[in-house]
Amino acid sequence: MVRIIDRRFDSKNKSAVNRQRFFRRFKQQIRKAVADAIDGRSIRDVDNGESVSIPTKDISEPQFGLGRGGEWETVFSGNDQFAAGDEVDRPIGGAGGSGKGKASNEGEGEDDFVFQLSREEFLDVFFDDLALPNLVKTQLAAIPEYKLQRAGFTSSGTPANINIVRSLRGALGRRLALGSPYSAQLREALDKLDTLRKTRPDTDPEVEALLEEIATLRAKIEGIPFIDKVDLRYNNRIRVPKPSTRAVMFCVMDVSGSMDEEKKATAKRFFMLLYLFLTRNYEKIEVVFIRHHTVAKEVDEEDFFHSRESGGTVVSSALELMNDIIQERYATNLWNIYGAQASDGDNWENDSPRCRELLADNILPFVQHFAYIEITPGEPQNLWREYEKLQGSHSNFAMQRIESLANIYPVFRELFKKSSV
Amino acid sequence: MKKRRNKPLPAPAEWSFELIDAYHREIARVAEMHGLDTYPNQIEVITSEQMMDAYASVGMPVNYHHWSFGKHFLSTEKGYRRGQMGLAYEIVINSNPCIAYLMEENTMTMQALVIAHAAYGHNSFFKGNYLFRTWTNADAIIDYLVFARSYITQCEERYGEEEVELLLDSCHALMNVGVDRYKRPPKLSLEKEQLRQHEREEYLQSQVNDLWRTLPPHDVKPSEVQAVRFPPEPEENVLYFFEKHAPLLEPWQREVVRIVRKIAQYFFPQRQTQVMNEGWATFWHYTLLNTLYDEGLLTDSFMMEFLHSHTNVVMQPPYNSKWYSGINPYALGFAMWSDIRRICEHPTEEDYRWFPDIAGGNWHEVFDFAMRSFKDESFIAQFLSPKLIRDFKLFAVLDDDRNQKLHVTAIHDEAGYRAIREKLSDQYNIGSREPSIQVWNVDLRGDRSLTLRHHAYHRRPIGEGMDEVLRHVARLWGFNVRLETQHEDGRVEPLREMRFERRQPRAA
Repeated sequence: MVRIIDRRFDSKNKSAVNRQRFFRRFKQQIRKAVADAIDGRSIRDVDNGESVSIPTKDISEPQFGLGRGGEWETVFSGNDQFAAGDEVDRPIGGAGGSGKGKASNEGEGEDDFVFQLSREEFLDVFFDDLALPNLVKTQLAAIPEYKLQRAGFTSSGTPANINIVRSLRGALGRRLALGSPYSAQLREALDKLDTLRKTRPDTDPEVEALLEEIATLRAKIEGIPFIDKVDLRYNNRIRVPKPSTRAVMFCVMDVSGSMDEEKKATAKRFFMLLYLFLTRNYEKIEVVFIRHHTVAKEVDEEDFFHSRESGGTVVSSALELMNDIIQERYATNLWNIYGAQASDGDNWENDSPRCRELLADNILPFVQHFAYIEITPGEPQNLWREYEKLQGSHSNFAMQRIESLANIYPVFRELFKKSSV
Repeated sequence: MKKRRNKPLPAPAEWSFELIDAYHREIARVAEMHGLDTYPNQIEVITSEQMMDAYASVGMPVNYHHWSFGKHFLSTEKGYRRGQMGLAYEIVINSNPCIAYLMEENTMTMQALVIAHAAYGHNSFFKGNYLFRTWTNADAIIDYLVFARSYITQCEERYGEEEVELLLDSCHALMNVGVDRYKRPPKLSLEKEQLRQHEREEYLQSQVNDLWRTLPPHDVKPSEVQAVRFPPEPEENVLYFFEKHAPLLEPWQREVVRIVRKIAQYFFPQRQTQVMNEGWATFWHYTLLNTLYDEGLLTDSFMMEFLHSHTNVVMQPPYNSKWYSGINPYALGFAMWSDIRRICEHPTEEDYRWFPDIAGGNWHEVFDFAMRSFKDESFIAQFLSPKLIRDFKLFAVLDDDRNQKLHVTAIHDEAGYRAIREKLSDQYNIGSREPSIQVWNVDLRGDRSLTLRHHAYHRRPIGEGMDEVLRHVARLWGFNVRLETQHEDGRVEPLREMRFERRQPRAA
């Protein structure tokens, strides 16, 4: 008696629960690993999975076992040189033969335990840090909707999608191509027959042979299949993400001496979140990085986060540059412009009013949203006080002081409110 | 070469259900011819992902949830995805009917090999071997696991996942010392379990309370007190002791301890019969498929592929090879079973001297007897022949940490056969591979502390991880825990003391 059961279509995620439990249990370690990963990642790269490693000793399952020491008398195989009574140096057999009793060399791997987080799991941990409400998390983590769009024809597909005109056109072409040698012969034979008929009777053997040949050729031409598998063409549709507009995101950051690595890391989280938000709403996003101290400069991402400058701070220089770039490259009716500025609030005293003016007159009218975050544990600085004056009059301006990562979110409240309108 | 009478079975690379059925029918016929007695088979075809799932839950089709299974899944998945390791071709479950998994990716040849190996080799071993017969109950195991999972899920709902997880962590840490090594456990039965579980829940708790309530009053003279020991006999099954006697566990916690203990016990025979069991299954897939080949039912290309993977499985690298990682149980087991057949069929003069009982006997009968009545340790002590010792070129090396050098004590010669056989047998004795730890005493009248005693064997110390495990022991026991070592000369040396106060401070 035997039963053969096909289980291949049963659920394959039997271990999903156990996997989740593992993540929950080692949340601290995984968080740390994700934080490290974020620091090493590009802003545009936030939307992928990640392989995470945590120290093996943290996740070991202890058991009573035997350690090294004492007497171990072990049997080995493949004796090639020893006789009873020989004395040998440790370890026997070099690197390979380290088997001094099973119990002692098990569970000793010094390596880290490495595993792969899926995109969802990675974002989950990423969001966790930022204290996002659940609704927003699902909005962000959701794959954007797709719509189907025609995209030519393919040679494989479902019967429902067969394009008859294309298929028959192909069939006709194939029949012509394959039949053309026979057609030529047929025409030749018919001509010959016509000339022969004029001089000879129908019973003449040559005429008969010719008639036979004509019949064979006709049969051959007819033998070519009317339609064949290779002729079939199917309408092709591809999925394209629904959001269809373009956006540009300006990242403006102070890189003067007072911005340390930690502050920069916070700012990076902020920019990443903004980017992630934008990817959910726009098909194509460009990112412009502007860093500044006393002068502003457009740089690539690497330089943006990692090079360090010192000296004073003139924020207006960056805003001017941003304004120039907008005028030059991003005509406002084609682009949705988002601005995000991060700073520790330190600015040259006389420059702050100028910044406010620049924002109010030249930038805010053109942008969808401009967010300013001040990363400082202490009192608000002069830039903050100037910017505060903008808050009532401009609905597309948000500002937030950030002490920890959890403070980032309120800035986005603003954005999400907008998007739901 | 024998004359091929039959038309061979088709052997395409791709398998199909019809072919599996056809191959199975032939293998079953030959197995019966050789007198293999098996549980009915249930062959399940699964994907590699499902195979990884099965791996993660120690091969069982159902199991309770725990993070450690998730960890195993992740590491298996990583290894498999990167191609560092292949998955095993098969997993077979000691249940009735006996469930064997075939992986979708395998070729037809491999499926046939697995059917012969698992569905007839392992299956007959599970049914016949005395350890499996007395320690596990194939009829009830799946039911029991279903019961265990739903019980633990209930506990999680009632007492919180975290609470249950901590408890399971502690129990898992003691799985190795949570089995009866020498005592025979009563059989598992689902109905009985469920029937008795409620009873036990109420009843046991009161029993335990009674135990503490009947303590002698404090004015008893200390000298008399000293005379009473608890437990009266040392207890080797630490989990059993906790289930019955840990003072602070709730009834549901005792039940969870019991579940872990039962599962540990279920797997215990497998750990004791690795060489025999794998060797047996390997011998039978080799013999069954060769019989079919002789009958002309298998093609040459099938045999080539089969022999290729068979030789991979039974390869034994020498001690100085890069690939050496101890004696390969498949190689040793296969060689021993084949050798027993040889001794029966073509005994030499040496065999008559060493194995007067079986030399020249009926190999089917000898096989049946050996399979039923031994475990690795005794099987090797009984049947490892001088010829095999020579073939494997076995030699024994003494590693004594008091000596500068290693000492070769015996090699594959007339003087060494018996010594080698003894050493190798000892190597498969769980008692010497794992520390022997027993519940020695509970200080009933004092601080209720628990003393575990480790009996050192050949001065082998307890390895690292000991402190972690003791923390788990303390968590289960609820009071201080001590661990001491008794050396072979009778000296007792305290090793560790783990303090623990579990009780919550009461609100005034």
